[in-house]
Amino acid sequence: MTKLQNFSKGLIRENPVLVLILGTCPTLATSTGVESALGMGVAATVVLLCSNIVISALRRVIPDKVRIPCYIVLIAGFVTMVQMLVKAFAPALDKSLGIYLPLIVVNCIILGRAEMFANKNGVIDSAVDALGMGAGFTLALFLMAAIREVFGSGTFLGVEIPVLAQNNISILTMAPGGFFVFGLLIAAVNKFGKEKPKKKEFGCAGCPSAALCHGNNCAKEENND
Amino acid sequence: MTKFIIILLSAVFINNYVLSRFLGICPFLGVSKKLDSATGMSLAVIFVMLMATAATWPIQMYLLNPNGLGYLQTIVFILVIAALVQLVEIVLKRYIPALHKSLGVYLPLITTNCAVLGVTILNIDEGYTFAEAMVNSLGSGLGFFLAMVMFSGVRSKLEGADIPKNFQGLPITLIAASITSLSFMGFGGVIENLFA
Repeated sequence: MTKLQNFSKGLIRENPVLVLILGTCPTLATSTGVESALGMGVAATVVLLCSNIVISALRRVIPDKVRIPCYIVLIAGFVTMVQMLVKAFAPALDKSLGIYLPLIVVNCIILGRAEMFANKNGVIDSAVDALGMGAGFTLALFLMAAIREVFGSGTFLGVEIPVLAQNNISILTMAPGGFFVFGLLIAAVNKFGKEKPKKKEFGCAGCPSAALCHGNNCAKEENND
Repeated sequence: MTKFIIILLSAVFINNYVLSRFLGICPFLGVSKKLDSATGMSLAVIFVMLMATAATWPIQMYLLNPNGLGYLQTIVFILVIAALVQLVEIVLKRYIPALHKSLGVYLPLITTNCAVLGVTILNIDEGYTFAEAMVNSLGSGLGFFLAMVMFSGVRSKLEGADIPKNFQGLPITLIAASITSLSFMGFGGVIENLFA
């Protein structure tokens, strides 16, 4: 796979949010406005880039058995740095992201890429993968936020849009609107995606934490079926 | 006393973790297919939330804050939660095997559940006392439980429904979640006025 393919797969074909369905919590929560969505996307991308590079560089040093705790500590360290930087240089963004900024630690995209990509590939490939995935995450957040802000509050990046501002559907900026727009976007990806929509269930398979429970949970779920 | 009731009820209904704060969406969508797994997961979440708050609140107040280490919050909290979950799993396996059997499979997943880390950080941000923090964690856990159980009921109705091809699976689940969340918006303002 060339570097370009490696980068572009994160954007569309393996988009972390819309195709792999990772990182749903921050996607729903911070997509009320374009500005906070872009801020979240960039913050998560920075953490993802740093953690992928370091984890990939240390992949022969970290013992396999304790790799998940090691990854979590590394990720938490980078999140703390980003948190301090945002607090210092973009206090308004810090306010609008609030609790979701420290919660980047438990964003499945970051642990997921560490587990699925960075611990098997070289530093440069991992960095490119992180940039692609981060860009895909930011793109998905931007799409959702654009829909929710334009139709929900009738503004774009805070600038009023003439007709929509008087006829805004304010429910879209609230919690139910988040779920609704996300559902519509995934349906649109199913419809227009190149691959046939396989009957995708949200389950253990795509969950990076599956390694933590050794697939116990999936086995149980499947037995129930 | 009234204060505790307000904290509890608003954590359950108004600031519901799943449906209005968007924390813990992964288990909400992933484990809510069957009622018994939804119940098991939420009981494990309530349990871990209470334990995590009991451990992290004193650490923040008596260890980090007096020494000016408040910025280590994220790292320390996630490590404490991860260690705690491991410990709870070992203890349950040894002493209460029956409980381990029903909750055990969900415990490791909870480490990376943002609702647990979220509740511990919010307790500090809101400036709650220890008792208030515990009540808030209990309420948040109960709110998670309520949302999971309600939603597993909604999803069992969806199983037999005739859904357009592109909406099958996750999209229709999200739209159902949107309607469930809409019903929770009705609680806004009720609790404050109840005790005003």
